Amino acid sequence: MTTTNGSNEAIPTLQLLDPEGRRVTTRGTKGYRDRAATLTAEDLRGMYRDMVLTRRFDDEATSLQRQGELALYAPSRGQEAAQVGSAYALRPRDFVFPSYREHGVLQVRGIDTVDRLRFFRGSDHGGWNPYEHNAQVYTVVIGAHALHAVGYAMGVQRDGTPLDAHDGTAVITYFGDGATSQGDVNEAMVYATVNQAPVVFFLQNNQWAISEPTTRQTRTPLYRRGEAFGMPSLRVDGNDVLAVYAATQEALERARRGEGPSFIEAFTYRMGAHTTSDDPTRYRTTDQEEVWRRRDPIDRLAALLRAEKELDDDYVAEVQQSADELGVRLRAGVRALDGGAPVSTFDDVYATPHGVVASERAWYEAYEAGDPPADQYAIAETAQGGAR
Amino acid sequence: MTTMAERTRTTSGAPGGTRTLTLGKAVNEGLRAAMRRDDKVMLMGEDIGPLGGVFRVTDGLQAEFGEQRVVDTPLAESGIVGTAVGLAMRGYRPVCEIQFDGFVFPAFNQITTQLAKMHNRTRGAVELPVVIRIPYGGGIGAVEHHSESPEALFAHTAGLRVVSPSTPQDAYTMIQEAIACPDPVLFFEPKGRYWAKGEVDLDAEIGSSTLDAARVVRAGTDVTLVAYGPSVETALKTADALAQEGRSAEVIDLRAVSPMDTATVVTSVRRTGRCVVVHEAPVFFGAGAEIAARVTEECFYALEAPVLRVGGFHTPYPVAKHEHDYLPSVDRVLDAVDRAFAH
Repeated sequence: MTTTNGSNEAIPTLQLLDPEGRRVTTRGTKGYRDRAATLTAEDLRGMYRDMVLTRRFDDEATSLQRQGELALYAPSRGQEAAQVGSAYALRPRDFVFPSYREHGVLQVRGIDTVDRLRFFRGSDHGGWNPYEHNAQVYTVVIGAHALHAVGYAMGVQRDGTPLDAHDGTAVITYFGDGATSQGDVNEAMVYATVNQAPVVFFLQNNQWAISEPTTRQTRTPLYRRGEAFGMPSLRVDGNDVLAVYAATQEALERARRGEGPSFIEAFTYRMGAHTTSDDPTRYRTTDQEEVWRRRDPIDRLAALLRAEKELDDDYVAEVQQSADELGVRLRAGVRALDGGAPVSTFDDVYATPHGVVASERAWYEAYEAGDPPADQYAIAETAQGGAR
Repeated sequence: MTTMAERTRTTSGAPGGTRTLTLGKAVNEGLRAAMRRDDKVMLMGEDIGPLGGVFRVTDGLQAEFGEQRVVDTPLAESGIVGTAVGLAMRGYRPVCEIQFDGFVFPAFNQITTQLAKMHNRTRGAVELPVVIRIPYGGGIGAVEHHSESPEALFAHTAGLRVVSPSTPQDAYTMIQEAIACPDPVLFFEPKGRYWAKGEVDLDAEIGSSTLDAARVVRAGTDVTLVAYGPSVETALKTADALAQEGRSAEVIDLRAVSPMDTATVVTSVRRTGRCVVVHEAPVFFGAGAEIAARVTEECFYALEAPVLRVGGFHTPYPVAKHEHDYLPSVDRVLDAVDRAFAH
């Protein structure tokens, strides 16, 4: 199939599942269809479940923000297939560098739902230990993490890990259409291709960088950026979980085999606002939103499963039950997050003692104890001790 | 995670004994020793491979350690630091070379928003033992962007350590301590002093406790001169000139700008009653302002005169034809000492 890019240019786009949920058998896609065919009905139901849970997480988080329980929230509504489909292609030892909207990826990666909202609650700058799930915390400076992903992949190369489609190690980094304009993303593609690093650049082109449409970022279809840097590049229908899975698996296996980086543009749509602070009515029409609502990635997968008699009402009810439980647990868990004692601000600034932090902490603790020191310096000296 | 103590317990892998080395060669030997000691240590930068860096500080290292450990990077500084962050997350200890001080700014975002904050962002789960070597300072007759002293910009960012050696011995030991440190370290090398020679004990013990400590490099009683990096030599020459006038200057090599060893400075100034800070960076919002504030707080009743600063002006670094008028000279430091005594 083809999609457009804001202009009328037709762009080749891999699609294996059409908006009505029918499998597509276009010529030249057999390799991808074969990959998708390895997904069992149970796998597909699992994807459906994770997509529904991601959407519920989104709705719950948005409500919590409206109730004043979160400082901010960036919804992923509409991007569930791009996120869940790609994350299903990952193996545990692969490493993920997300941007800050990859709630569906984190869902598949198994990161606790409450931990995912610590950042938006204002109780953490991160929220989880990146090494526990091989998934870095969210990065807010747009595109900065793409370089971290490439560096991590360069480390994988130096470790001498097996070069094997299954037992190798790949790195994936997620970013958006706005990020493609950032220098860091472009430098990341330079470093990745020059070093043939095992990394997959996974672009979710959701067509909006806050209020700016993709036409404000590029005149070139974005998947061709990857090509220009010298890596295999592909545009997929980002609302088609099968195409996303197949394309990502192919790219990850290429990386694990030691055959270098790849670029995937998942063409999708941000159905919600940029964040809870945004007002899309100022810059886009409800007509466009309606078009994309009819391409809802969850409805599409559900239609496929229904058509193939692999989704019954009991399973749907069971998933709804899980979603309800997610909501209950999330609401209670988020409200309990308080960020710890104020003095914890001084924790983990450095890995080894730093005299300035130590003396400021000592002063603050004395001040909080109602005993502000007359001689701040004396405290600093004590706090510094042997390790300045 | 291996602790710094464990990493530094082993002795240097470099040929032992004491040798006379230039400061640049001392950094080279320090890098070599660190790379021999720990195979996770790697170097990244522009032209650091066959060329050995524009100042030859990495000379011979790619030949010894190979292209995987001494990496000629693309010409993109943000990429150097950004990929170093990822390499460190994977367990490596990257040492990045920024070719000249004025070229660090494309990497400023990665250094201040990512490298500095990752440990805190992950509540200590991630350590980033990344060293960023920056040849800095003036006096070499260079074109724009090749002579600046941007250390205060980094000292102002929590999460970074900022150090600068002034002698070949310190260059040799401090670069190894910086590499062993689990925190990111900005390692400012006084490029105008790269060719200065000194005795280097290649068996000197590498220990974390000395990386942040200031050192009294000349004892005195009448005034304390505080300097670091290239300005230590200026301060010592000033002390010589003062001695001929019958004034006794104590000279402190600060060695680290973050953290700042205020205790050593304060102890000295409480005794001398006068303090003059010397650095090449502009004095406005410079490290000297921090020293002046802290000394004033802690030595208020011991001070015979206000703390004075001698350094660069609030202008872009001047053209090479004027740089020797801009840089703090012995005469300008003497002028400040005279003003301190006139109070």
